[in-house]
Amino acid sequence: MSTQEMPIPEAKAKPVWLQLISLAAHQRVLAFASLVVLVIGFSLASPNFLQMSNVINILQATSVNGVLAIAVTFVIITGGIDLSVGTMMTFTAVIAGVILTYAGMPLLLGVVGAIGVGALCGLCSGVFVAKLKIPPFIATLGMMLILKGLSLVISGTRPIYFNDTPSFSEISLGSVIGEVFPSAPFPNGVLILFAVALAASYILRRTVLGRYTFALGSNEEAVRLSGVNTDAWKMAIYALAGAIVGIGGLLIASRLNSAQPALGLGYELEAIAAVVIGGTSLSGGRGTIVGTLIGALIMGVLTNGLRVLSVAQEWQTVVTGAIIILAVYADMMRRKKS
Amino acid sequence: MITRRSMLQTGAAAAAMAAAGAPALAQAKPYIPLISKGFQHQFWQAVKAGADKAAAEFDVRITFEGPDNETMVDKQIDMLAAALANSPSALGFAALDSQAAIPLLRQAQKKKIPVVAFDSGVDSDIPVATATTDNLAAAALAADKMAEMIGGAGKVALVVHDQTSRTGIDRRDGFLNQVKAKHSGIEIVSVQYGQGDHLKSTEIAKAILTANPDLKGFFGANEGSAIGVVNAVTEMKAKDVKVIGYDSGKAQKAAIMSGTMAGAITQNPIGIGYETVKAAVAAIKGETLPKIIDTGFYYYDKTNIDDPKIAAVLYD
Repeated sequence: MSTQEMPIPEAKAKPVWLQLISLAAHQRVLAFASLVVLVIGFSLASPNFLQMSNVINILQATSVNGVLAIAVTFVIITGGIDLSVGTMMTFTAVIAGVILTYAGMPLLLGVVGAIGVGALCGLCSGVFVAKLKIPPFIATLGMMLILKGLSLVISGTRPIYFNDTPSFSEISLGSVIGEVFPSAPFPNGVLILFAVALAASYILRRTVLGRYTFALGSNEEAVRLSGVNTDAWKMAIYALAGAIVGIGGLLIASRLNSAQPALGLGYELEAIAAVVIGGTSLSGGRGTIVGTLIGALIMGVLTNGLRVLSVAQEWQTVVTGAIIILAVYADMMRRKKS
Repeated sequence: MITRRSMLQTGAAAAAMAAAGAPALAQAKPYIPLISKGFQHQFWQAVKAGADKAAAEFDVRITFEGPDNETMVDKQIDMLAAALANSPSALGFAALDSQAAIPLLRQAQKKKIPVVAFDSGVDSDIPVATATTDNLAAAALAADKMAEMIGGAGKVALVVHDQTSRTGIDRRDGFLNQVKAKHSGIEIVSVQYGQGDHLKSTEIAKAILTANPDLKGFFGANEGSAIGVVNAVTEMKAKDVKVIGYDSGKAQKAAIMSGTMAGAITQNPIGIGYETVKAAVAAIKGETLPKIIDTGFYYYDKTNIDDPKIAAVLYD
């Protein structure tokens, strides 16, 4: 566990029970506990909730938001914010549509194109933030609008369908697991979410890039003064986030078998909510991918569970908002204590 | 501290359960979720009102959900998936993108859950019925009203939004066929297309008026076309030309109140909601249904624009 996640000094010998409590107090564990509470609660309230087909619904509905949330986790840990992930996702989906449907190129090129263009868009945001010193909120707000407009322009405001590339929908809807274990037909989109989470977690915790992500968020000035090219690392982090958003774009386009150019606004806020519920601090320097994944799952379970229980839509929104505030308040209380 | 926080989070979960408890217990009634294209707009709230009315009348339980806006195709798919997970008795669905929904609709078919499409059709034979406005009949009514106003004879022109969409084709042909069948005194001098764009439709209508100074009437086949016609008639001071529009909206309502527009056709969103639930109930009982269910429409003008029945289906 990196020191940034656990700023509590371990030097003082604590009794075992206190150590256990401080472990339980860790946001991830508590977020996980509330996820379990939600799942148990919904299962008791509705017999339809915990059926395999509905579990798959939840995971599938979480996959896109989960991937976007993972992308934005990197940026938030640096102390920044990325408001462009929703429309960037749409933009990369449109790019995949242009490559595969308009240009008729092979599937692999579409995949590489979407992820590559995502990385480029992220790099642009990174340049605005690191080189032009535009505050991340404004820089990515601008990117959000630019990419929304470009998606509409490139697609001619019409959805681009992937009917000529039948294998494209397999990215999200196919099931490699289901072929081996027919009783657990988890779609590939869900596998991709977990694969992205594993890879992102590795990058964040075991690589230089990951260490600088935390360092930039904790004390950028100190990092710069120690001779590190902070601008370059920051741009690299935004580019990495963009590439992950590209994967999200492929997931949603594949799921809908189409790139829907008008979609995307509002998805950035859902992603940020998942990150925050997962215990990543908006002031930077602290956060985990596992937390974000749990945060995204909490949102997915909540949305699906309230729907399965037929709660009125107005109240679904109210409950979701309340959960976000509770989660962040709980996190603040924990940090005040430590 | 932990206890307090756990309590907070557990409390929130419990609150969510409690809020949901009541409907979850009422399992005995047939359950029909309606997945619409929207939720917070006046049009969709009117559809919901009609659906609620039918639910009370036929003693079924319905839910009405739709994404925040009409771009959120994936959210609508999630809603459809969650609705299917509840093993409903039947399902109402207004597809934002019918292609994207086909896999789930097949799943419904496999589970023998009847699907009633509403508002717009689905490109598939899975829905047992589609509850929508009969645009052919509505445009025919416009033709009848036009004939009435111009005394059954004279030149009439049409400004239509486009020649490829279902609504464009049906509204044009509905009007033309009715004229051919019933009002032989009317001469259709021109049918032109303005993409529903106000400005383009204005220019088209002005050109038609210039070419036919003795024109008696105009039919604008959607909101944009109708506004274009109104603009042209105002700019060319052609006060005697009778204009009939389609749908509502602030400008069109104002034109009707000021007398520039004689009247307009409005669809009936309340009827769409009502007929969808009614058809779903019939499908649960195994009754055969017509493929298309006409949800009704009204002709409104200055005299009945404030009639509660009409006012309820008009929007700004």
